[in-house]
Amino acid sequence: MKIGVVTFPGSLDDVDAQRAVRIAGGEPVALWHGDHDLKGVDAVVLPGGFSYGDYLRCGAIARFAPVMTEVVAAAHGGMPVLGICNGFQILCESHLLPGALIRNDHRTFICRDQVLQVENTSTAWTSDYAEGQQITVPLKNGEGGFVADAATLDRIEGEGQVVFRYVDVNPNGSLRDIAGITNERGNVVGLMPHPEHAVEDLTGPGTDGLGLFTSALTSLLARS
Amino acid sequence: MPRVIVDVMPKPEILDPQGKAVHGALPRLGFNAVTDVRQGKRFELEVDSADEATLAEVHQLAETLLSNPVIEDYSVRVDA
Repeated sequence: MKIGVVTFPGSLDDVDAQRAVRIAGGEPVALWHGDHDLKGVDAVVLPGGFSYGDYLRCGAIARFAPVMTEVVAAAHGGMPVLGICNGFQILCESHLLPGALIRNDHRTFICRDQVLQVENTSTAWTSDYAEGQQITVPLKNGEGGFVADAATLDRIEGEGQVVFRYVDVNPNGSLRDIAGITNERGNVVGLMPHPEHAVEDLTGPGTDGLGLFTSALTSLLARS
Repeated sequence: MPRVIVDVMPKPEILDPQGKAVHGALPRLGFNAVTDVRQGKRFELEVDSADEATLAEVHQLAETLLSNPVIEDYSVRVDA
């Protein structure tokens, strides 16, 4: 199974995301922001970083990168798409996910190992977790405050579109402690914390993040 | 050449940490009259002519790129 990882100018975690795909048992494929080509991949990861220098708004310019035309079309067709950190911001700017990310309420960049609760295990990226399971993955962002109007928040809560919620600490002022969400179909998932940094015991707080990548491979196999 | 100004501001109900940081610095500088600060963005667009069609296009680009309607409001005016 091929999982593409898009590199934008300013992406930081594209190589880590490729490595996570490889450790999970998939075949990572490097995708370039300027290409109109998904190279036949079965799923796409939009990695963390500071695409286009975070100019204008985080993810606002990346949204209009040539490759995003293909990613948006594929997502509407049901392809699993995961956005991590800056990738989450891009998915919100692309209207593939509701809401937006704003500057942390405490105005400082935060970097910590963060406990999350998995609240929806029916998405393409979370099926290998147990509902209610708590996982620890690194979080590092300056603009990670998830916001949406009250009606949107009520709707996504009601539809089970909240996938991850912060436990113990709300690290960035996200409304209702929301760390990650999905679209109605469950194929597009975005989250601020970095599961790709928690796939090996040697270089992270554990391997709790691997489940997102194995889940995608599981859901792709179930489909084929 | 006419210039069109697009102002983008965070919606009133959206937290504005940058504005808060600026506001917090004012008393330290001895300015005590200001009760709140909101920080936004101003775009100056040079256009060939500020006709109706151009302004309609500016509205469209303000809504799709310059602002994010989920968190921001924008206004468009022609610079006199």
